[in-house]
Amino acid sequence: MKKLHTFWFISVLLITSVCLPTIGNATEVSVFSAEQNTHIRALAASCAACHGTLGNSVGNNSATDTSSANAVLAGIDPAEFTNKMLGFKDGSRKATVMHHHARGLNVDEINQLAVHFSQQKRVTKSPVKSEILKAEHD
Amino acid sequence: MTDHLNRRDFIKAAGAAGALLIGNNSFARATKPPMGRVVVIGGGYAGATAAKYLRMWSLGAIEVIVVEPNKQFVSCPLSNLVLGGSKSINDLTFGYDALKANHGIKWVQDTVTAIDSTAKKVTMLRGELSYDRLVVAPGVDFIYDGLPMLASAEAQSQIPHAWKAGWQTVNLRKQLEAMPDGGVFVMTIPKAPYRCPPGPYERVCQVASYFKAHKPKSKIIVLDANAEIISKKGLFAKVFNETYAGIVDYRPDNVITGVDVATKTITTDFDKIKAEVLNVIPPQRAGKIAQIANLTESDYPWCDVNFLTYESKLVPSVHVLGDSVAAGLPKSAHMASNQAKVCANAIVQLMAGQAPDPAPVFANTCYSYVTAKSAMHVANVYRYDEGKKIMVSAEGGGVSMSPSEKEGEYAAAWAQNIWADTLT
Repeated sequence: MKKLHTFWFISVLLITSVCLPTIGNATEVSVFSAEQNTHIRALAASCAACHGTLGNSVGNNSATDTSSANAVLAGIDPAEFTNKMLGFKDGSRKATVMHHHARGLNVDEINQLAVHFSQQKRVTKSPVKSEILKAEHD
Repeated sequence: MTDHLNRRDFIKAAGAAGALLIGNNSFARATKPPMGRVVVIGGGYAGATAAKYLRMWSLGAIEVIVVEPNKQFVSCPLSNLVLGGSKSINDLTFGYDALKANHGIKWVQDTVTAIDSTAKKVTMLRGELSYDRLVVAPGVDFIYDGLPMLASAEAQSQIPHAWKAGWQTVNLRKQLEAMPDGGVFVMTIPKAPYRCPPGPYERVCQVASYFKAHKPKSKIIVLDANAEIISKKGLFAKVFNETYAGIVDYRPDNVITGVDVATKTITTDFDKIKAEVLNVIPPQRAGKIAQIANLTESDYPWCDVNFLTYESKLVPSVHVLGDSVAAGLPKSAHMASNQAKVCANAIVQLMAGQAPDPAPVFANTCYSYVTAKSAMHVANVYRYDEGKKIMVSAEGGGVSMSPSEKEGEYAAAWAQNIWADTLT
């Protein structure tokens, strides 16, 4: 079963590298099995509402600046990520919001998220530019 | 007639070959994309996110076409701040160009009129599209059966719902600005479930914040069809009673029975109240296209789905996302985004002949602003329950101790990040 997954994962990479060599910022590197990767990438993507797509939070310009609330997670040291999350989880680290998330995750998930985010490439993201609302809109 | 037949036959043939025909524009392609085509109906938080992550996670191997009637995306989250006066609608309005360009998403600005799930074909006002899988994310539709006098655009220009961000939001703000000090603003809340559970209570706070600063003799009467405040109850009750004491008159269990549009007079089982400014948030159901496509059953207005894939329980190969989904979960932007990601993940697996993730987990954070700068949150992790076959909230979630300016900053950063995640 595992072999099949690995085969599939590699074959997708091959197919797409032939047919569509560039698709924006869609690169995602992983050390997980295809099955783990599938599970953890969706959980990690859930963090994007506050921490940006693939951990690249808007408005934070440094991968090491994790002091602010909406910390950059892309490229984070996995040990730092795990320590902070476990601290939020057991209450030893002060939190405003994050304890409500950390307590809902298990240690295995926290460890996998640490690896996932540590492997994401840091990209500086600017806020989306807003526009004047057009008359034709509802 | 001959032309018509020829055209129809051509569409049929083109559909079979996997080509796309839209009015005079043809996106016909020489070869089938490696994994097939997904058509996404709706470019809101759910639809736009699904489109992006389908492209990302299939590494471009799935062709994605979004059908959306609007040219612009206007965010419902933060739109209550337009009523409070600290934001303009133009701060919340965005285009789709970056999303399309960054991810190679095809886009059709049109309105869907029919879905043929047997032929796997979507009909729009100006053309047709074939699909391998369909994602339907139409948001909510308003139910005017009990309030027929509010169904027309003309009535809504007098009494806006402002429950889809846009010109109605601007209209309601203008009415509040024009209201003399000492006036009464009446707002009605429908029975849950509706889009954004804490939204009405946040709206009360935003209007109260404006009155407190600029029209201190004015009052807000809140007629809630629910038995109590249904989200962040203790926190909102405290803000109503303390921060906005003397301004907010909150009345639970008040179902409205009629509205006189000309005089802005509202009738309940108990009362008749005349408002200077009136905001009726109507009861809601799954978006129109979900009804047209038979994704709802006649006795329940929301769409039942499989929570591993968001595939409809009624129509195969059609996935439903966002506020239209029947879920015991808040109808929030973050939830819509989460559902879109689980669905995109599952579709990539299914189209590759693989099993979807059997145990999805995601998190929801929802902020409400109680002044121009202070906010509070509710946050939870949700995980799939194999026995119940639904997403249930994990232990350890909860709400803020109290609203704060710090959380106001977090909420602003939440908005910036979810906008970037959805639209770039």
